Amino acid sequence: MNGIECALQSIRPEFDFTTSTDFIGDGMLDSYDMVMLVAELDKSFGIRLAGRDIVPENFRSISTIEQLVGRYEKAA
Amino acid sequence: MNLTFHNRAITGLLVVVPSHERKFVDEMANFNFPPARSLKLKQVMGYDTHRLVDGPVCASDLAGRGLRHLFKNRALQREDIDALVVVTQSPDYLMPPTSSIIQGCLGLKQDMFCMDISQGCAGFLMGLYQAFLLLDQPAIRKVVLVNVDVLSRRVSKQDRNSYPLIGDAASIAIVERSDDPSPIHASLKMDGSRSRALMIPAGGFKEPSTPETAVLEEDSEGNLRARDHLRMDGSAVFNFVQVEVPPMIEALLRTAGATREEVDYFLFHQPNRFMLQKLAEAMNVPEAKMPNNVVEHYGNSSGVTIPVAIAHNLRERLMTGTVRACLAGFGVGLTWASMLMKLGPLRFCDLIDFPETVC
Repeated sequence: MNGIECALQSIRPEFDFTTSTDFIGDGMLDSYDMVMLVAELDKSFGIRLAGRDIVPENFRSISTIEQLVGRYEKAA
Repeated sequence: MNLTFHNRAITGLLVVVPSHERKFVDEMANFNFPPARSLKLKQVMGYDTHRLVDGPVCASDLAGRGLRHLFKNRALQREDIDALVVVTQSPDYLMPPTSSIIQGCLGLKQDMFCMDISQGCAGFLMGLYQAFLLLDQPAIRKVVLVNVDVLSRRVSKQDRNSYPLIGDAASIAIVERSDDPSPIHASLKMDGSRSRALMIPAGGFKEPSTPETAVLEEDSEGNLRARDHLRMDGSAVFNFVQVEVPPMIEALLRTAGATREEVDYFLFHQPNRFMLQKLAEAMNVPEAKMPNNVVEHYGNSSGVTIPVAIAHNLRERLMTGTVRACLAGFGVGLTWASMLMKLGPLRFCDLIDFPETVC
């Protein structure tokens, strides 16, 4: 399990996030889960995700979250 | 819109908070969510204690408590009040204005100006703009600016998105002309096309309250609320703040010819701790310069959070000294506003409880 999957599991342990490509539409993450996930990602990856990037489009799937985190890791 | 004022100052500030205190951990069972998720949310958002009115307490009751306190302590004389500006989203009645209720209840003079402004989280700034403008009139020497909300009465106790953060409070700021000619720079933007992101749908003339509007409905996130209750599109509001506020502050400082380092405090409206932390990061401002401790101690009291932040964090310093403060409010409307001004020394700066007695 990679860091993003671990972060997702820590927020909603009841779901298998590898089975979905639309966490929001499938009811696996709500707006407040996104906030908690950002706090978790900031801590785990040593980044500071900007508030303006906390939008549903960036949190739909493991792939979109990886792209988001990747941008910050690259910038660092 | 950029605004500039001269020779204006806040000369005293009093905050009134209900003595009735509730803890997030005691309310978690009301929410349709597992305790572990709620506790994680508490940690990130800074939910802990909030102050709420207990029973049918109105805006005029909180404001009246504060004004009587000032009269009793001779910090303010009734006859000196030339204008009373009340900013609230929870008026006592649709009509008459709450400012008129307060004027009558406290026996203020007739030869004065009373007005209400319907504004929320940017309400302290909006009220200051209006107070500064009123002071252009020679007949007006002292403006009492009241910001007050008792919105907890219109938030569902089963709405995890709004109830844990809500707080009730009133503030009374005395606004007067000053000898200091240094400019007060301000800015204001409004976008009514997004006004439904924060609203109470029922209870006005568009959708009067009925038994149907009081029925609780479950949203897609498991929150229960009625159309009589406050509803907030959390994602949209969060994104609005993060996108609009940092460039507004940058532009304000540029207009004022000031740097971030020259500002002692960034005293922003406080919806929750996470929102403020992300704003501080985006603006590259140290957290120590942007207090984010209002929600955890008192809750989010809309336009009163900036006065609460001042009274809670700076009251001793402002009794004798001066700070250069950047104020910002953002929310209902949608409205976002900011101001760069000197605060202090104040003749009074205090925070008092509201006892459970009514006007």
